[in-house]
Amino acid sequence: MDSHAYRHRHLLGIEGLTREDITYVLDRADTYVEMNRQAEKKRSLLRGRTLINCFFENSTRTRTSFEVAGKRLGADVINMAVAVSSMRKGETLIDTAMTLNAMHPDVLVVRHPESGAVQLLSEKVDCAVINAGDGSHEHPTQALLDALTIRRRKGQLGGLTVAICGDVLHSRVARSNIALLNAMGARVRVVAPRTLLPAEVEHLGVEVFHDMAAGLADVDIVMMLRLQSERMHGSFVPSTREYFHFFGLDEDKLKAAKPDALIMHPGPMNRGVEISSTVADDIDRSLIREQVEMGVAVRMACLEIMAGTLGNNPPIK
Amino acid sequence: MSGLRRLFRNARLIDPESGRDSIGDLIVVDDRIAAIGAKISGEGLGADVEIIDVGGLCLAPGLVDMRVQLREPGSEHIESIESGSRAAAAGGVTTMVALPNTEPPVDDVSVVEFLARRAREVKLAKVHTYAAATKGMEGKELTEIGLLAANGALGFTDGVKAIADALVMRRVLAYARTFDQLVIQHPEEPSLGGAGEVNEGEVATRLGLAGITPAAEVIMVERDLRLVAVTGARYHVAHVSTAAAIDAIRRAKADGLPVTCDTAPPYFALNETAVGDYRTFAKLSPPLRGESDRQAVVAGLADGTIDAIASDHSPWDQDSKRLPFSSASYGIVGLETLLPLSLELHHNLHLSLIDVLRKLTIAPARILGLGVGRLTPGAPADLVIFDPAAKGRIHTDEFRSKSKNAPFDGRPVQGRVERTVVDGRTIFERAA
Repeated sequence: MDSHAYRHRHLLGIEGLTREDITYVLDRADTYVEMNRQAEKKRSLLRGRTLINCFFENSTRTRTSFEVAGKRLGADVINMAVAVSSMRKGETLIDTAMTLNAMHPDVLVVRHPESGAVQLLSEKVDCAVINAGDGSHEHPTQALLDALTIRRRKGQLGGLTVAICGDVLHSRVARSNIALLNAMGARVRVVAPRTLLPAEVEHLGVEVFHDMAAGLADVDIVMMLRLQSERMHGSFVPSTREYFHFFGLDEDKLKAAKPDALIMHPGPMNRGVEISSTVADDIDRSLIREQVEMGVAVRMACLEIMAGTLGNNPPIK
Repeated sequence: MSGLRRLFRNARLIDPESGRDSIGDLIVVDDRIAAIGAKISGEGLGADVEIIDVGGLCLAPGLVDMRVQLREPGSEHIESIESGSRAAAAGGVTTMVALPNTEPPVDDVSVVEFLARRAREVKLAKVHTYAAATKGMEGKELTEIGLLAANGALGFTDGVKAIADALVMRRVLAYARTFDQLVIQHPEEPSLGGAGEVNEGEVATRLGLAGITPAAEVIMVERDLRLVAVTGARYHVAHVSTAAAIDAIRRAKADGLPVTCDTAPPYFALNETAVGDYRTFAKLSPPLRGESDRQAVVAGLADGTIDAIASDHSPWDQDSKRLPFSSASYGIVGLETLLPLSLELHHNLHLSLIDVLRKLTIAPARILGLGVGRLTPGAPADLVIFDPAAKGRIHTDEFRSKSKNAPFDGRPVQGRVERTVVDGRTIFERAA
């Protein structure tokens, strides 16, 4: 194993990673895909290491995915739902970080509703930190698992055209994917009503579309984003009916894409809002369940790489 | 040629789109203009051609009125699609666009479809509608702009209410631009206009009425123009009435922003003194302004800053106007006075006749994206024949509109509609 292929202590975002960094993580993850399909899934690579899942925002799938990944590599995994504990008691983020750090974890997996909070926390601890989603900023392991899913189906990422559709404005998944796909040489489009696109998004290296037929024309991958229902009724888009009519992925809109285009969604899905059930459940074209499988493999690779950079824990001063 | 044929002979053909203003003939086959020229022979048209001698009067594209209130559904005792359409026909208006402030408001596809069906049944002037920009015109949540537009709504506005919240307005503009839709603003900052009844100034002070500062208009317009620069949406200011707002729009146009505006006849035909003696028929929103603002409206029309003239037809029954000034409703009827009052701009030598007609035909049609308002072979045969010099007085009791609320009763005017044609059908002809 070439331990110099990923030179960062943390995984805070895709932005700043090189094509080589990303390829290295994906290559490592590939080996875990096979391992996870065996009856014997347990390794002892992280034996003696402590992984704390520190979630300041509700999550089921991402937290479970990291928990499974950590346990399969032999780490001790602790889940902290911070949203319901110290935050309620008024502790600051930095105090929480200091407290956790004193327990000598080796890897902290952190999700936080505010953009930049995971980086702030990473500056206050001695261990490795993996960003499991910070506000509308980044969700790097999601982008890596999406990339692994695509690469295994299409052989490579370079040269593909990927349309990211829907609520780009609020999406950390979109930002991480845009960065990753650009780094790997894919062509990236975003398709959304103007109210759901952040300003100057074209400067991130995407082509902007406001019409599904045009945006999906000849794409290889259609990546749908979740529209959060609490933002549905009100000022961003008028109704789920209208949203689905113009921006929901159904068989008709999918016809614009290449015949072998594949469909992705980071989950959890709003069926009948951003995606129709027929499309979501199309076993030939939908990669949605495969994404979940790749998620565990990618997170195992990330944990392995993070732990590989760590020595013994320093004493707490 | 087959089909129903009509030859309009010896007409002063005025087509602002092409610049034509010359004596000639025009042939209509069925619902379309088939030919237009200096002298078209009636031969070859067959025996059953109807020949109409226009007698040298003006023949122009039917008027396109981009701002009316028809009160249907909800208040059909005040006005209806049918009575409003009869008023339009008598006024030479062949296409009109209704505001969404009905009961229920036009904020749902079903209401758009209802209006389209009623217009088909009445089958007089062409009736289009705007839809509300926000649900219930409450200024909070977007309407289904995409679906409403797909079902025929021509633009999005909260009617006689401004879209006040800046963030909501930004999202309305951004979302409307997604579907290339027009957003129309009632230009008055409500926190300044709020309780006001008339233009702020000496007249208001003497009458003891609450004033609305002219600044309320330019504040809203300038705010919106900055949001237009951010979003790139097509934006239209309804019934501009102040010099400052017109200046702001003039600058925005020079900067290349996608902005247009209209005004209504009261704003160039009257000033604030018309409300003297508490005449509720002259109570408008925005209010009639001072004389310098009135002159600025005329100047804005003359230099092209103001693209269009709309009637701003706002019918009210007696019960809504025969009230103490503060309690009376805002607005006046205008469909039947739109042409003669607009022609005052020509008779007073502010604009040429063809330029007045431009603001009543092709200019609003272009803003709305409608293929009417032109005398071109292939275009719908929507026509108005009028005598620009005929002298007379406005008699509000002769209005076809169910409502007679206009401050122009007895006003001497020059210009009279003789015949109105929609899709080749004569929908109005002046009794001999």
